[in-house]
Amino acid sequence: MNVVLDNLDLVVRAFTYTLLLFVIAGVLSLVLGTFLAALRVGPIAVLRRAVAVYVTLIRNTPLLVVLIFFRIAGPKVGLNFNFIDVVVGDIRFNNLFAACVAGLTIYTSTFVCEGLRAGINAVPLGQAEAARAIGLPFGGVMREVVLPQAFRAAIPPLASVQIALLKNTTLAGAFGVGEAFYRMKGFTNEAPGERAEIFLIFALVFVVLVEIVSFVANRLERRARVAT
Amino acid sequence: MSAPSVLFDAPGPRTVARHRLYSVVALVALVAVLGFVVWRLYDRGQLTYEKWEVFVTPAYIEALFVDGLLVTLQMAVSAVLLAVVFGVVFGVGKLSDHWFIRWPCWLVVEFFRAVPVLLLMIFVFFTIGIDREGAPYWSVVIALMLYNGAVLAEVFRAGIQAVPAGQAEAAYAIGMRKSQVMNVILLPQGVKIMLPAIISQMVVALKDTSLGYVVAAPGLTAVGKLIWNGEQNQVPTAIVLAALYILTNLVLTALAALAQKKLVGEKKPLEVSMVGDLDAGRNA
Repeated sequence: MNVVLDNLDLVVRAFTYTLLLFVIAGVLSLVLGTFLAALRVGPIAVLRRAVAVYVTLIRNTPLLVVLIFFRIAGPKVGLNFNFIDVVVGDIRFNNLFAACVAGLTIYTSTFVCEGLRAGINAVPLGQAEAARAIGLPFGGVMREVVLPQAFRAAIPPLASVQIALLKNTTLAGAFGVGEAFYRMKGFTNEAPGERAEIFLIFALVFVVLVEIVSFVANRLERRARVAT
Repeated sequence: MSAPSVLFDAPGPRTVARHRLYSVVALVALVAVLGFVVWRLYDRGQLTYEKWEVFVTPAYIEALFVDGLLVTLQMAVSAVLLAVVFGVVFGVGKLSDHWFIRWPCWLVVEFFRAVPVLLLMIFVFFTIGIDREGAPYWSVVIALMLYNGAVLAEVFRAGIQAVPAGQAEAAYAIGMRKSQVMNVILLPQGVKIMLPAIISQMVVALKDTSLGYVVAAPGLTAVGKLIWNGEQNQVPTAIVLAALYILTNLVLTALAALAQKKLVGEKKPLEVSMVGDLDAGRNA
């Protein structure tokens, strides 16, 4: 009988880890990415350049190498997450999990930053000029005029980034977190003869998850769209 | 166009003074952060000569470049070349007039774009046979071919559709057949538009070759692992690995920008809006 169907509880637990990694790293990367984007377009030239260099460096590093920094190199210089060890039901949030979340967040936030920056650049110059002309202060210009339009333009690239993150969570499996890839590899090792079924089942779950995220993104985009 | 001009007025004297203060504070903070990192590395004995010795030893440098970078580049190039073939077949297939060609092509492209490369890699690895010679190498190449091919299929479709409609109409008017229009008129013009996107995809493929780590594939990461297992110098090795990847990617990005300028001009790079693209926004 199929090894996946016999161990459905393990599969569910694996995808719970996947979703937790996705949601936690997703939210953190949006926060950090927005912060980076604010510095990236802000008025302080030093910070603008520093963030530009930082983003270029991280974006051109493979995620695997970022995770090597957090899981393999980090502990050598005291960068471990040993203080984190929370067990909720079957799910264990330990230092492995935290290190992978940190790596995924650092990597993804640079892409979020670039997406938001592209969104801000997509706002026509006249919009900000008109806002200033009617006397809005900087905060007002940003809050009332520029940012709402920038977020709207940034939804498609941000959705792509989050979907990439969902797929990238599989790398955590290579570093000891028991998520979907880890489980799929385990099953394939146990029952090499059923590798095709195992692969198809896990792949289809990912396809469904990706479709859900892109559906939500489409809805958000439609809601944010205004008549022009 | 620099971003600030959209957002701020030209600052007045008081704002300039304030910004100067902020700049100094920011600079001090940045130096402090960098200083802390360096101090921490020094404090934990990561900056000693022994830890870095291997990276000035010719034999190790040769291993890094020949067994590491060269193999990684080789995997990335062969994956992208195969992906181009895959992409042409399925990208053109998605534009077919026949639903029984269009739908399967659509299905294949959507499937391989949504499935994580690691799952593909393990599946291909076990399908080739885990103890077959060269299995790790080929599982990386094939998995990357499937994923990047699916992404490129979208690029090709968009590129072909970006050719002005009059071109195809004119070709039909002088009596060309459908395949002729595609091969003689649309594809050659499309490729010109697509080349920068293809080179950019090289960057993605190059970064993804590191995923071969999970099937013990050769390449830069594998050489790095050998070095840090032997020398116990994880931190320096990780830094060197990252530096090599970053440099290679920057060269490729510059190439893509050059190709963009030479072939397409100042127009915006081809945008494939969708989801699942690991590298969305790179060209933005």
